[in-house]
Amino acid sequence: MGMIIFLVILIAAWQGFYWIGVDVLGLWKPYAVPEPAGVAKRFVELCSDGTLFEATFNSLMRGIVGYVIAVIIGIAVGLLINHFKYLQKNLKPVVLGVQTLPSVCWVPFSILWFGLSTNAILFVVIMGSAFSISISVDNAIKNIQPIYTKAALTMGATKKQMYINVIFPASLPELVSGLKQGWSFAWRALMSGEVMTTSIGLGQTLIMGRDLADINQVMLVMVVIVAVGIIIDKCIFSVIEKRILKKRGLA
Amino acid sequence: MALVLKGLKKHFENSEKATLNEIDLEIESGEFVCIVGASGCGKSTLLNLVAGLEKPTGGQILLDGEEVNGPGADRTVMFQEHGLFPWLNVIENVKFGMKLAGVPKEEQEKKAMHYLEMVHLQDYKDYPIHQISGGMRQRTALARALTMDSKVLLMDEPFSALDKQTSNRLREELQRIWMETKKTILFITHSVEEAVYLGDRVVALSPDTGRIASIISIDIPRPRHVYSPEFVELRHQIMEQVRGEAV
Ligand SMILES: Nc1ncnc2c1ncn2[C@@H]1O[C@H](COP(=O)(O)OP(=O)(O)OP(=O)(O)O)[C@@H](O)[C@H]1O
Ligand SMILES: [Mg+2]
Repeated sequence: MGMIIFLVILIAAWQGFYWIGVDVLGLWKPYAVPEPAGVAKRFVELCSDGTLFEATFNSLMRGIVGYVIAVIIGIAVGLLINHFKYLQKNLKPVVLGVQTLPSVCWVPFSILWFGLSTNAILFVVIMGSAFSISISVDNAIKNIQPIYTKAALTMGATKKQMYINVIFPASLPELVSGLKQGWSFAWRALMSGEVMTTSIGLGQTLIMGRDLADINQVMLVMVVIVAVGIIIDKCIFSVIEKRILKKRGLA
Repeated sequence: MALVLKGLKKHFENSEKATLNEIDLEIESGEFVCIVGASGCGKSTLLNLVAGLEKPTGGQILLDGEEVNGPGADRTVMFQEHGLFPWLNVIENVKFGMKLAGVPKEEQEKKAMHYLEMVHLQDYKDYPIHQISGGMRQRTALARALTMDSKVLLMDEPFSALDKQTSNRLREELQRIWMETKKTILFITHSVEEAVYLGDRVVALSPDTGRIASIISIDIPRPRHVYSPEFVELRHQIMEQVRGEAV
């Protein structure tokens, strides 16, 4: 509730600034500054012709597919790095380094290898989030309290049993945080990927707004991107996180 | 002999002298042996060697004639910090070792309930770990250790993180449970009183040499009482002896 009031105040302030800066003082050009009313109008228009829904749906689908692949690759690489000393020593620094690359850096490769296709976008998403997941997996396992694994060893746990019955559940809270962070990387990378292609999606709708010099559309798409990001975070990851912590008495 | 330590030695790489030296000890099946010694004298190290969590730098550990090589279910450890899994509730924790061993579900349930009753926790079986007290956690850990039917139960100061009253209560129960089950137990403590109360034999480690300073048989019949004259007398005598050896 307090959040909603705050948003209303924020929008009112935004409208006020627009009014003073553009209408009263004439400091800014109207085509360079978005206006709440204009964004709302664009929202209604893009909703009624179905563009916004289609764009959001397409982006979300790409995001989810890319993310799921990134999770699989990320966890596999993370487990390997964690398990083999050689990889821990040699591959982990590389993964750490690559992970700091902004995802847009993968765009040239993706276009060369996959053309202007959905696969090119997925490639950017995967490269943008898989390695951050690997690093979290490795860290999550390293942070397990040694007493858990020791206790399991003296109860006869085999390597496989250790992974299933101890390492996985013990690292779960940190793992979920890592996956959540991986999602936010994936969602950002998706936008870097989408702005380069012409297939319908939020990124492409944003660029279309720029090409049409429609700053309100640009703003609208930005708001939608943020909103989708927040909804996924709050409705999925935070819920899972809270449930796990509550079960263990940590929240 | 269930457990035999022969010339056991542990010298950590980064330390000047050996932590444990020429440890010779034979523990019979069904015997309750307590190890005492000052803090840092190597008690936990000894237990970790027997558990297979650390490798000795010399000597041998034989369990029923077979050399110990790495950790295993035949030497379950009960740690000072309970080592229960916070993602499982009380009874799931107690069943953990049986589940690893592939014990059938019904038998797991029966056995878990049996030992939960033994430690008086049957009414708390579905509680999450974070909702029970420290004492109850150690009882859970004890029940879990008992379900393993290990050849030797290893206990590293299992009650020392508890308040005095709870700790006394639990050692009384451990005495009762040991009398009922006759498990072979290697018990580590820094309290001479606890050692004399629980042990068939008390093994005192010397902090300087890393060797066994003395082995004392405790012939007081069970159940023992800490206020009985013979207990007080023997405790005093052993404390003097251990103190004398420590300097
Ligand atoms: N992994 C290790 N590496 C190096 N030195 C170690 C290691 N573990 C223990 N030590 C050393 O060995 C000695 C004995 O330690 P240990 O934990 O066995 O003592 P303890 O008798 O159990 O003490 P406490 O009563 O405080 O638990 C200590 O001096 C300690 O510093
Ligand atoms: Mg110790």
